[in-house]
Amino acid sequence: MKRFLGFVWKEFLHIFRDYRTMLILFGIPVAQIMLFGYVITNELKDIRIAVLDHSKDEVTREITRKILSSGFFILDRTLDSAGQMEEVFREGKVKEVVVFPPGFAENMQRLPGVDIQLIADASDANTAQLVVNYTSAIIQNYLQNRISETSLPVKVNAGVRMFYNPSLKGVYMFVPGIMAMILVLISALMTSVSIAREKEFGTMEVLLVSPLRPSQIILGKVTPYMALSVINAVSIILLGNLVFGVPVQGSTVLLLAVSILYIFLALTIGIFISTLARTQQMAMFMSLFIMMLPTILLSGFIFPIENMPKILQWFSALMPPRWFIVVIKSIMLKANGLLYVWKEVLILAGMSLLFLVMSFVRFRVRLE
Amino acid sequence: MAAHTPPVINVKEMTKSFGSFVAVDRLTFQVEKGEIFGFLGANGAGKTTAVRVLCGLSSPTSGQITVAGYDVWTQTEQVKRSIGYMSQRFSLYEDITVYENIRLFGGIYGLSRRQIRERAGELLSRLGLEHQRDALIASLPLGWRQKLAFSIAIIHRPGIVFLDEPTGGVDPITRRQFWDLIYETAQTGITVFVTTHYMDEAEYCDRLCVMDEGRIVAMDTPYRLKQLYGAQDMNEVFIKIARKEI
Repeated sequence: MKRFLGFVWKEFLHIFRDYRTMLILFGIPVAQIMLFGYVITNELKDIRIAVLDHSKDEVTREITRKILSSGFFILDRTLDSAGQMEEVFREGKVKEVVVFPPGFAENMQRLPGVDIQLIADASDANTAQLVVNYTSAIIQNYLQNRISETSLPVKVNAGVRMFYNPSLKGVYMFVPGIMAMILVLISALMTSVSIAREKEFGTMEVLLVSPLRPSQIILGKVTPYMALSVINAVSIILLGNLVFGVPVQGSTVLLLAVSILYIFLALTIGIFISTLARTQQMAMFMSLFIMMLPTILLSGFIFPIENMPKILQWFSALMPPRWFIVVIKSIMLKANGLLYVWKEVLILAGMSLLFLVMSFVRFRVRLE
Repeated sequence: MAAHTPPVINVKEMTKSFGSFVAVDRLTFQVEKGEIFGFLGANGAGKTTAVRVLCGLSSPTSGQITVAGYDVWTQTEQVKRSIGYMSQRFSLYEDITVYENIRLFGGIYGLSRRQIRERAGELLSRLGLEHQRDALIASLPLGWRQKLAFSIAIIHRPGIVFLDEPTGGVDPITRRQFWDLIYETAQTGITVFVTTHYMDEAEYCDRLCVMDEGRIVAMDTPYRLKQLYGAQDMNEVFIKIARKEI
């Protein structure tokens, strides 16, 4: 045991002596949370629009006022002719032009009704989509109210309530996502690189010749990263909670336990990568490209899994973060217990076991 | 002296093959206690493979091998406890200090705190490194690092120390000093098993084993080898052996 502790202490020394490692360990998680929380957001705010109003009656003015008072839009300018539109879009500031046809208020009373034209700058397709959706929702809302005020006896109002994330905050999505990404990155990347470093410098041989058992060596390499990753997980949850108000509705103990399981899985992946990689660079390359990119793209962190082609959905099922994100969202936002997430937890546990066995086999083969 | 103590390394018909490639082909030799035993050969002759098998880093394909009286097949743990090892690649941690390295390896080999303190003090004063006690390894010149690595490899006073091309990339003067260390060590009764491809180093060994393509082609004292081949120095011996092989 004393041998082992001395070895773990050495590993801590490596980490604390190297400011780059420290930066990756503790700087990146904070930076990521801040970035995703503040900068990358898919909510609309202060979008500049222009209005081309051919009728200028009380209805079109009312609608324009509604749109502008929603808080999503700012009126950049009013246009006089359709010819100006092109130029306005080219300037790039205005994202949408709302066009009212002539005689809007009168035609509204008659069949076949009236059209409002929404023209968006789709050079950024996502924003264009959002802008148009928001605008038409506002207009629909206004028209419905107006119709119900006037005559129609039957009216249908869709009452919408968003459960678990009432104000549809993006951070609720990002905090679990970032946690999944950071933990897998740090645990897998750092362990694989640090084991590969021992191989590269020839110190691994010296350790293998020593009375330390291979399992002690691996455990000794992994323990510090386990400890630091747990600290990281806690700080991400705290940061999300205190700065962005992401709640932890469910059991904190369960949340921590699942996080530790996930960290363990990431560590076994790191160990496995280190049995394949001969150098630090290879280990880093493999961790980044095998783990990080697919995590971001396929885990459902940013892009919804349901919208992916079938093949990619299968791939996504192989991504550990995908299951972890489901579990922690369920615990953090819905206050679900183990009863609801046991399946995902089991998958994570199974994956850990798989990587552990594969690393063990690889390690044996290498020693031969 | 060899008469009454059993050999510390006893190898019979040791073979190690990787697939169809035979890296080490039926080696048989013995090393006596306190001897400086050299393995000489070109790169790829099988020296490193042989050493790795003896240290338990890789398992032999066949053969009877005992190291320090323990069977390499069955008593790997005991073998590991009784040997020291230093490889051709540098083997201390660069980003931790001289003393921390000593403490780490002392701890790994199960020395007590007091033993570590005492031996560290001795070791540093013998190498003249007292003032570098808290310096990072990275800040030391290569020659010093190698000497330090060697001293740390024998900090647990093993019966045998294996040196796999320990002086690769070191200047001739430091190499000379390094060999002084090896002599001192052998004098304390520690057997030194060293591989090299430097002919001048081969001269320093008590006994030499010349390897080529996984087999032993000659084995004797440097003096007798020179006599046998009618050569001035080991370089000539080596060239004559190589020519005969072709």
